[in-house]
Amino acid sequence: MNAKLDLKWKQLCALDDLVPHSGVAALIDGQQIALFYLPDQPRPLYAVSNHDPVSGANVIARGLIGDLKGEPMVASPLYKQHYRLQDGACLEQPEVGLTTWPVRINDKTVEIGSMD
Amino acid sequence: MSKTKLVVIGNGMVGHHFLETLVERGHSDSYEITVFCEEPRLAYDRVHLSSYFSGASADDLAMGKPELYRQWGLNVRLGDKVVGIDRERKTVTSQHGELITYDKLVLATGSYPFVPPVPGHDREHCLVYRTIEDLEAISASAENAKVGVVVGGGLLGLEAAKALTDLGLETHVVEFAPRLMAVQLDEDGGALLRRKIEGLGVQVHTGKNTQLIDDGESHVHRMNFADGEALETDLILFSAGIRPQDELARQSGLEIGERGGIVVNSSCQTSDQDIYAIGECALWNGRIFGLVAPGYSMAKTVASHLADGDEQFLGADMSTKLKLLGVDVGSIGDAQGHTPGALSYRYSDDAAEVYRRIVVSADGKQLLGAVLVGDNSRYDTLLQYALNGIELPADPASLILPESSGAGAPTLGPDALPDSATLCSCLNVSKGQVCCAIDSGAIDLAGVKDATKASTGCGGCTALLKSVVDNELEKRGVEVNTDLCEHFAHTREELYHIVRIEGIRSFRELLSKHGKGLGCDICKPVAASILASCWNDHIMEPQHVSLQDTNDTFMANMQKNGTYSIVPRVPGGEITPDKLIVLGEVAKEYGLYTKVTGGQRIDLFGAQLHQLPEIWQKLIDAGFETGHAYGKSMRTVKSCVGSTWCRYGVQDSVGMAIQIEHRYKGLRAPHKIKFAVSGCTRECAEAQSKDIGVIATENGWNLYVCGNGGMRPRHADLFATDLDDETLIKYIDRVLMFYIKTADRLQRTSVWMENLEGGLDYLREVVIDDKLGLGEELEAQMAHIVSRYECEWKATLEDPEKLKRFRTFVNDDAADPQIVMVQERGQLRPA
Ligand code: SRM
Ligand SMILES: Cc1cc2nc3c(=O)[nH]c(=O)nc-3n(C[C@H](O)[C@H](O)[C@H](O)COP(=O)(O)OP(=O)(O)OC[C@H]3O[C@@H](n4cnc5c(N)ncnc54)[C@H](O)[C@@H]3O)c2cc1C
Ligand code: SF4
Ligand code: FES
Repeated sequence: MNAKLDLKWKQLCALDDLVPHSGVAALIDGQQIALFYLPDQPRPLYAVSNHDPVSGANVIARGLIGDLKGEPMVASPLYKQHYRLQDGACLEQPEVGLTTWPVRINDKTVEIGSMD
Repeated sequence: MSKTKLVVIGNGMVGHHFLETLVERGHSDSYEITVFCEEPRLAYDRVHLSSYFSGASADDLAMGKPELYRQWGLNVRLGDKVVGIDRERKTVTSQHGELITYDKLVLATGSYPFVPPVPGHDREHCLVYRTIEDLEAISASAENAKVGVVVGGGLLGLEAAKALTDLGLETHVVEFAPRLMAVQLDEDGGALLRRKIEGLGVQVHTGKNTQLIDDGESHVHRMNFADGEALETDLILFSAGIRPQDELARQSGLEIGERGGIVVNSSCQTSDQDIYAIGECALWNGRIFGLVAPGYSMAKTVASHLADGDEQFLGADMSTKLKLLGVDVGSIGDAQGHTPGALSYRYSDDAAEVYRRIVVSADGKQLLGAVLVGDNSRYDTLLQYALNGIELPADPASLILPESSGAGAPTLGPDALPDSATLCSCLNVSKGQVCCAIDSGAIDLAGVKDATKASTGCGGCTALLKSVVDNELEKRGVEVNTDLCEHFAHTREELYHIVRIEGIRSFRELLSKHGKGLGCDICKPVAASILASCWNDHIMEPQHVSLQDTNDTFMANMQKNGTYSIVPRVPGGEITPDKLIVLGEVAKEYGLYTKVTGGQRIDLFGAQLHQLPEIWQKLIDAGFETGHAYGKSMRTVKSCVGSTWCRYGVQDSVGMAIQIEHRYKGLRAPHKIKFAVSGCTRECAEAQSKDIGVIATENGWNLYVCGNGGMRPRHADLFATDLDDETLIKYIDRVLMFYIKTADRLQRTSVWMENLEGGLDYLREVVIDDKLGLGEELEAQMAHIVSRYECEWKATLEDPEKLKRFRTFVNDDAADPQIVMVQERGQLRPA
């Protein structure tokens, strides 16, 4: 309810570190985060977990992105499952999914939001 | 409920089809079925038996598979022949001593080759042509033979003659009748066929009656003919007709025809109502049917009768369309014009060696029969006229006159065919059944084939079937969806064309002009591949970088734990000791698992993203280039050591392999492309399993195309022989660019070839005869790609912007802490 108010924003990387229309990985507090940058879209930035739940490898940032039926998605580079960037849901295997984080561009830096 | 006991004797093509039909119609559950199979293997495709000599294995020909039969719940007695039937007790006894009772019995015992009882017919190296074992015996005999004779100039005899020529024998055909294929052809047709076959080096002797076979002087046998002449040969193949295998039926007192054959009624019941006979052993209305299609109809009839259905066998069309020794031969209905009052039209062109004859009814309205030699292109249309009684055009001659002499040969559009028209005679599928399959959900050719089984026999009906299916789909407003994905309403071939014609250089441009949305993991790599095939820009340019699958993006192959493998190019598999040492040193320094690949090079596994540039810097300094193991691109050119070392080599295969590898390295295509070059016919480089295979000959190179290893191996086709270096490269340029231009996404050359309308002949026309006038354009496009080659890794290392991409984490220099390795056999591997 009031979650929004409690969100703390932490610096993650520079805007320059992002690759347009593609992904990069960042590390924060031992957590691997995949960042996808779609500069010309209404929502330009997504942060999801880099851990691929199907293969167990940390590779999501290296997947291809695009959309399926208008919803932005990333395809795992190993076994090609599609995950919705919005909420991390897996389109092929509903029992797995990616964690998502609030993320924003603050001037020239990328910040990630968390509750603690 | 106790099951009815059904025993089936004989597991040939027809016996198999019977079982298949029973299962498909869901009737098999109410039976306990036992199948006796005299041959040591389950049913196989006898119709395509000859392909055994061009490389098909027994497995390729197999129709009945053990696991399938198990699934169907059949009891199979392999290699066990039934030797007796006791109709009183309703039992059968087998050679191995088994005694089984039956409620219903099906005889599908087929036929055996007739061997004329000439003295000497049973000498060694006197063989027949019916089973896989026969073919093995022929191969074995041919090893030490120079000359081979086929006795019998009918359809099977000529097919056997082809086999002997393929085995490298000087081949003769000896025929008793005054002409070849006396059953199917008329005199003029037979004469032309003879001329064409003799032109191919097969010697034909007609009107010859063999009286004695004894020892030859310069060859194994001497065949003495009634006219006093003789012929010496090392091997004799009898193909003088077939005789129904009716032995069991005779012994058990079933009614047998005067000249053999188990008499059956229109339900295929023999004189004992619990015993059926189907296929080549059955005699219906005084006739034996020596083709598989009528046998299949009989099989269906019995399957229906057993389930109280009312299907009947009422005879069959015996028309045939064949390629014999490469010569088109077609025969329809009353080919010789025996029908009273029948009129004939003939067209014959000695220059082009084409002969066509049609036989029409006295009133000129119905087509009764036809003979075609040298060109079968009219066969489908003529057959439809004949089978469906379609009224002939006012001038029937127009059906056989050449196209240039009129407004073009009238063909029957798919709409002109009545619903009852048989499209596939092997599986007896009518146009009506095809329409029905479409109405109940089949949305493409594959779906229709699945539902109706049409076109799964001899394959002769494929073109007709496709035109009917396309036409019917169109009529129903079904748009056959060949869209690449939801973002592009185009096929890969269309996109390729668009990119070329409009000079499009980036995915964004392509998407904004011809697509929608953001793209996806299907269309992005396809676009990247097309752009690379057309322009060959560096794949790490900003406009391309987001399009690639991870392997292309990072120019390495991702492994299951997220690390990468590194495969430097080793052209032709030739590598200096110094370079080997560098590979060893680099692998050691970075703890990389090292393995020799199946592609004659060395793979280093286990590098993390941020290590790739450092490692490549070392490799490039030592003179290596990227090996494109990650791309849908030219992979390797495997070579054998060839004439420089090998005692048998006739050309420098390593030199040629290296030349080819350097020419095509970096070429991106719809799928990966592999090559090999062998130094002689021993073929140590396995070139015939590659997309492009080159085998040295005394006079140059033989070029093979469209082979495949992998999941569905395919032997490459021999495309051209004895080429000089320059022509070889020219043909490869053209074949590859034509493939790149027209293939579907992720379609290897093998599958492309199988889907190419016109197949190998068409590809030859495009590449060798330049029928489409594309030759120079294709070469120029290839020259452009070749001129734009650069080592992608070298270019990347020179560009700090591109290198930024190779960071495991953009905000931390750490390696991925979750990658854990363990030791095995002295090296690291993922835990
Ligand atoms: C490394 C290697 C196995 C080895 O240890 O020897 C290998 C490894 C892989 N092969 Fe292969 N293939 C390797 C030789 C072969 C061969 C043998 C050959 O080339 O002579 C074949 C059969 C020949 C052929 O392709 O016709 C082969 C048929 C396949 C196939 C099946 C292709 C097909 O048409 O059915 C795949 C899957 C695909 O491409 O879709 C495949 C795919 C793969 C992939 C890329 C699977 C993947 O996506 O991870 C493997 C990863 C390579 C890597 O990480 O470096 N690999 N693969 C060989 C690398 C050769 C090289 O030097 O580049
Ligand atoms: C080289 C060649 C090319 C051909 N080309 C064509 C073509 O292009 N088009 C076409 O339509 N037809 C063609 N045919 C003919 C076609 O193969 C036959 O019509 C078809 O195979 C007949 O099937 P069937 O099941 O009746 O007999 P078969 O296939 O002969 O099967 C009978 C089986 O029964 C077994 N058997 C016999 N007696 C017993 C017993 N007592 N106990 C147990 N098992 C027994 C036999 O061993 C055999 O395996 C060709 C034939 C050959 C040889
Ligand atoms: S293919 Fe011929 S030349 Fe090459 S290694 Fe084998 S035997 Fe020698
Ligand atoms: S006619 Fe033989 S498969 Fe259709």
